[in-house]
Amino acid sequence: MSTLITEQPIAVAPRPWTDHALLHPWLLRGLSLALVLAAWEYAGRVPISPAFPTFADTAAAWLAMLQDGSLLRALWITLQPLAIGLLISGLLGVAIGVAMGLNRLTEWFGAPIFIVLQSAPLAALIPLLTFAYGIGLTSKVLTVCIMAMPVIVLNAFNAVRHTPGSLLEMGKSFLGSKRQLILAIVLPAASPVIFAGLRLGAAAGFIGAILAELLITPTGIGDIITYSQSIADYPAMYAAIATVILFSVLFIELLEWLEIRLFRPDQRVPR
Amino acid sequence: MQIGRFRVPMMASLLIWALLWEIVGRLGLTILLPPLSAIAGRMAEIVPTPTFLAAAWITLQAFLAGNLIAIALGVPLGVLMGRSVIADRMLLPWVNLFLSAPLTALVPVIMILFGYGQTTIILTVVMFALWIIVLDARAGVRNIAPSLIEMARVYGATPLQAFLKIHLLAALPEILAGIRLGAIRAVKGVIIGQLLVSIVGFGRLFELYSSNFLMEHFWALILVLFAVAFALAEGLGYLERRVEYYAAARH
Amino acid sequence: MTPASHASQAAPAAPPPRPIVQVERIGKVYPGGVEALSDLSLDFPEGQLTTLLGPSGCGKTTLLKIIAGLIEPTRGQVLVDGQPVSGPGPERAFVFQDFALLPWASVLRNVAFGLELRGLAKGEREAIAEQQIQEVGLKGFEQHFPHQLSGGMRQRVGLARALAVDAKVLLMDEPFSAVDEQTRRKFQEDLLALVAHQKKTFLFVTHSIEEAVYVSDRIVLLSRRPSQVTRIIEPAVPRGGDPDAIRRHASYLDTVETIWRGLKHYVD
Repeated sequence: MSTLITEQPIAVAPRPWTDHALLHPWLLRGLSLALVLAAWEYAGRVPISPAFPTFADTAAAWLAMLQDGSLLRALWITLQPLAIGLLISGLLGVAIGVAMGLNRLTEWFGAPIFIVLQSAPLAALIPLLTFAYGIGLTSKVLTVCIMAMPVIVLNAFNAVRHTPGSLLEMGKSFLGSKRQLILAIVLPAASPVIFAGLRLGAAAGFIGAILAELLITPTGIGDIITYSQSIADYPAMYAAIATVILFSVLFIELLEWLEIRLFRPDQRVPR
Repeated sequence: MQIGRFRVPMMASLLIWALLWEIVGRLGLTILLPPLSAIAGRMAEIVPTPTFLAAAWITLQAFLAGNLIAIALGVPLGVLMGRSVIADRMLLPWVNLFLSAPLTALVPVIMILFGYGQTTIILTVVMFALWIIVLDARAGVRNIAPSLIEMARVYGATPLQAFLKIHLLAALPEILAGIRLGAIRAVKGVIIGQLLVSIVGFGRLFELYSSNFLMEHFWALILVLFAVAFALAEGLGYLERRVEYYAAARH
Repeated sequence: MTPASHASQAAPAAPPPRPIVQVERIGKVYPGGVEALSDLSLDFPEGQLTTLLGPSGCGKTTLLKIIAGLIEPTRGQVLVDGQPVSGPGPERAFVFQDFALLPWASVLRNVAFGLELRGLAKGEREAIAEQQIQEVGLKGFEQHFPHQLSGGMRQRVGLARALAVDAKVLLMDEPFSAVDEQTRRKFQEDLLALVAHQKKTFLFVTHSIEEAVYVSDRIVLLSRRPSQVTRIIEPAVPRGGDPDAIRRHASYLDTVETIWRGLKHYVD
C-alpha cells in the first residue's frame, strides 16, 4: 500500500468563509446594498447621463413626495385596479384551475387555451381593451386580469392534477368518499402550489397595472412617472419607479409569508 | 380526453374554440371580434407585406440579441453564484428582487437613457430574460452531486477542466430550463418594449391598426404573435426534454 | 398447495385456521402489456402473519394492492371473509411503503385520519388515536409534524393509523424498507409482539429473506413476472422468548438458507 501514497496529499476543499463572522449573511447583504447605492450615487455625479439623477437627489425627491402625500395618493390610485383585478383573477383563476384538475372534460376544453396564453405576449391585447372599454378603470382591471390569470389557472390545475398518488391511495384505502378525498387530501396538498400561483399572478398583475398606466392613461404612479419625465424632474421619476418596485416586492414577500402561515403548519414549527 | 377507446388529442379543443369564435364573429355582436375566417384571410394578406416582414425582422433581431446578451451574462453569473457563497449572498437579493419586480416600470428609465429605439427594446428583453437564467444556472450548479465534483478532484481535474467538463455539463438541464423560461419572458419583454416605444416593429403596427380601428388586421397580428410564442415555448420544451434523461440519471 | 417443506415441528392437533383472505385465479395485465400476475391462487389463514416474498418487481405489491382493493385485477377475484372484494373495505387497513402521511397534518390528525374519513366525531377519534399512538410508542409526539420525525417514527404513525380503524386484516407493503437497519430490527421485534396480542391477520410484503423468516408464520415465495406461487414455507422458529435468540436459532438460519437457494437463480 505504501507505494500508493503520493507525496502531496489531495487538498480538502477550502471553505473558510462559511462561518467567518465578518462574512455573516446580513453583513454581506448590507454591503451589497451599500455598494449598489454608492455606484448609483457615483454614476449620478459623473453624470453618466443628464437623465440619471444621483441617489441622494432621488431620495430627497422621494421624501418630498412622501411628505406632501402625492406619492401615497398615487400609490393608492395604482392599487385600485390592481386589487380588483387580482381579486377577480384569484377567485376565478383558482376555480377554473381546480375544475380543470378535477375533471378531464374541463381539462380538455380549458387547458390548451391557458397553455397558449401563458407563453403569449398578452400585453399586445391592451390596445384592444382600451378600444373596447375606454380609458377608465375597467380597461386597467382587465389588463391586470389577463396578465395574472394564466399562471394562476395553470398552477392550480397542475397542483390538483399532481396530488401525490400514495396519499390518494391511502385515502381510498381508508374508504374516503370522492368529496372527502378532494377536501381532505387534494386541496390541502395543492394549496402551496395554488398559493405560489397567486404569488406569481400578483407579480404579473403588477406588470399589468404599471403597463396599463403607462399605455392607457397616466394615473397614479404612472402619472408621476410620465409627468415628471415630461418636465425633466428625473429624481421624482426615479423615486416613483423605485417606490412601485419596492412596494410590489414587499407585497409579494408578504404573500410568501402568508403562504407559510396559512397553508404549511409543518413549515412553521421550528425544526 | 377519451371518447370510448379513442384518445382525443388535447389541443383539439382549440378547434372548438375557433369554431365558437367564428360563430360569435358571424353574429356580429361586436366589432371587436371579427369572424376568425376573415382574420385568417387578413393574415394571409398582411404577413407577406414588406411592412410586416420588416417589423418581424426587427423584432426578431431585438429578441435574439436580448436573449444572447442575457444568456452570456446570466449563465456565468449563475454559475458563479452557485460556486461562491460570497457572490451568492451579495447578488441573490438583487436577482430575486428583479425576478418578481414589475419591470415595466423600468422601461421609461431605459427609454430616457437610451432613446426611443431598438437599443431600448433590446435592453428590455435582456431585463426580462436575465434573472430567471441566473437563478436556474445557480440552482443547476448547486444541485450537482458532491460526489461528482469529488470524483473530478480524485482523478486530478484542473479547475478549468472541472468547470467545463463537470459544472457546465452537469448543470445543463437547469441551465436550459432557465434559457427556455428566459426566452418566454423575452417574448413578453420584446412586445412590451415595442408597445411602450411604439415607433418600432410591431409596436408601430399595433399603434397603426388600433388607431384606425382595423380589427381584422389587429387580430391577425395578435394571432401570429401568439402562435409564434407558443411554437417557441413548445420547441424549446421539446429540446429540453431531449436532455432530460440527464437530470433523471443524476438524481 | 405445495406442502410446507420446513415445518419440522409436528403440526398440532388443533384445526387449521380458516382462510380469511382467499385469492382466486388472479391475473393482472397492466396497460402496455406487462403481465404482473398470472392465474395466482392463495389462501391467507386468519390470525397469522403471512409474507409475500419474491424478487424485485415480481408483482408482490400488485397482489397486495389487489387484495386491498386499490388495483382492479384483470381476471379472478379476491374474497375477504367470503365476500368478493370490489374496492377498499373497513375490514382491511393498509400500511404504505412510503408512509403516505399528510405532511400538513400533525401526528394526531394523521393517526386519526382513517377515522376522520369514516365520520367519527373529533373527540372520539382523537381518543382512539391517542391510544394507538401510545401503543406504537410515540406518546409525546402527538403535535409533531411528519417532517420532524425519523423514517422509523413516521412508519409508526402509519402503523398506528392502520391500527386505529381496527381492521381485521392489516396489509403491509414493504413497511420497513425506507427505514434504517437498526430501526428496522426494533420494528420487526415490535411487529412480533403486535401479532401476538392483536389477534389480527397480517399480510406482509418484503424483499428481505431475513425479515420474512424473522416475522412470518407463513412465507409465500413468488416467482418472477408473471408471478406465481412457487412454494409456501412455514418457518419453525420458536417465538416468545428472547427476540434476539431467534436470529441465532438453527431453524431460522436454515430457513433463510433454504429460501436463498430457492431464489438465487432469479438473481442475474
